Amino acid sequence: MAQYMISVWHDDSYETDFSSPEAQRIVALVGAFNEELQQAGAWVFAAGLHPASSATVVRSSAGDVSMIDGPYAETKEQMGGFWMIEAVDLDAALAWAAKAAAACGGPVEVRPSQG
Amino acid sequence: MTDSIAEVFRREVGRCTASLIRIFGDIDLAEDAVAEAFVIAIEKWPEAGIPPNPGGWITTTARNRAIDRLRRESTRSERTLAAHRLHTDDTAPEDSPESHDRGKLDDFVDVIADDQLRLMFLCAHPALAVDAQVALILRLLGGLETDEIATAFVVPDVTLAQRIVRAKRKLHDNHAPYSIPGSAELPERLQSVLTAIYLIYTEGHTATSGRTLTRTDLSGEAIRLARTLATLMPDETEALGLLALMLLSESRRRSRVAIDGSLIRLADQDRTQWDRALISEGQELVRTCLRRNRPGPFQIQAAISAVHADATTSQSTDWSQVIILYDHLYEMRPNPVVALNRSVAVAELHGPAEGLAALGEIEPSSLDNYQPYHAARADFLTRVGRLDEAAAAYDRAIELTSNTVERDFLTRQRAAN
Repeated sequence: MAQYMISVWHDDSYETDFSSPEAQRIVALVGAFNEELQQAGAWVFAAGLHPASSATVVRSSAGDVSMIDGPYAETKEQMGGFWMIEAVDLDAALAWAAKAAAACGGPVEVRPSQG
Repeated sequence: MTDSIAEVFRREVGRCTASLIRIFGDIDLAEDAVAEAFVIAIEKWPEAGIPPNPGGWITTTARNRAIDRLRRESTRSERTLAAHRLHTDDTAPEDSPESHDRGKLDDFVDVIADDQLRLMFLCAHPALAVDAQVALILRLLGGLETDEIATAFVVPDVTLAQRIVRAKRKLHDNHAPYSIPGSAELPERLQSVLTAIYLIYTEGHTATSGRTLTRTDLSGEAIRLARTLATLMPDETEALGLLALMLLSESRRRSRVAIDGSLIRLADQDRTQWDRALISEGQELVRTCLRRNRPGPFQIQAAISAVHADATTSQSTDWSQVIILYDHLYEMRPNPVVALNRSVAVAELHGPAEGLAALGEIEPSSLDNYQPYHAARADFLTRVGRLDEAAAAYDRAIELTSNTVERDFLTRQRAAN
């Protein structure tokens, strides 16, 4: 078994209005996907993140710590959340990723965890 | 004798590498061991003669070499070894043919066949970029050297080597399975294998850049791979369709280029030069596909090619049949290139004005960077006498061609205008 991160990416300007019917629908779909992961024993951990504007970048250099307003990567597309899943191989992970992409209605990235 | 070893290499290297990858779960180890086994063969076979089962000999020798090496590198603990393993199918037997009775030997042959398929599906894994898929297939299944592949694709050796290293690493880090996809994923996965093989063929057929129009080696290699695939998956009609398409296209190779290296259009080719053996093999495959009645894009393209092969002259081509087939193809693959090819058939059957009308239905921006679109348009415009527009279309086509032979052809067409 190996672990993979399935991360969700979207435009940084995107702000979720959780009261909208569309957001409600996605929440329900993601909830069902989470349940399916758990029942299959593939679930490790998952989190939805606050917008990238809430991020802080911390650097440590020769004992000096500096903090600046984030996010780290100044790109239009930012990570909005992720799952850590356990899968037997890449194909199994990609099959989960296909379901994740359908549930959250956007592209996801699959990346294997070391070790 | 050396020639025969070269033939054995061509035929067996992919199979042997595929089996070694299953046994050891490590692509690099498999490649090195198979290469070593061939070096031993080059030393031994000239004197001892080629063994009755050269592939089995190579596989066994390579396996023993790999085991020796693993023993020598005893610093590698079991755990690091395990971490390096690709995800292999645990149910597959791992033995060599030697110690087995006949029944087991048949099983072993099946396993080898499956190994080749596993390797094809691994190399053409959709998680890899297409150029990496193609490079891996040629390296691992074709046994081509990195610099040979680099030369064929006109990229620097270093770039190609990096492409292969990265692809292998990605497969390894991602725990890509060494298995034949289940029936749910099979159609899509097979599609990516077929597409990669076809890309190898088309690259060999019309080199995208450089001076020679046809790169026989790549075309031949693609046909060999398609033949293997068609043998391994005889029930997959698209695999047969791909093989048929390439054989029929290959049958015209000799007549496609004039002695001075210039390009000859299908309509102007000397059809007596077409390779009848390739045509009848391709047509037989097309008939087999028709009987199975599970059409797909490669089968339809092969059928179109078969219609051309039937005609002794361009004028006697059954263009209405060609148009019907393009319509059918467009239903499956509604893309502008199919519409473009259809318009060429329309122009042949109903005249250049109708051809232009069919071209007019294509959104121009979708093919603005596609040389054949401008070449076809230029031809139709010339034939209806709109010469200024034709000249402009030829200019655009010439601008988009990096192959010198094609550029010369278009330049001559423009001048004759």
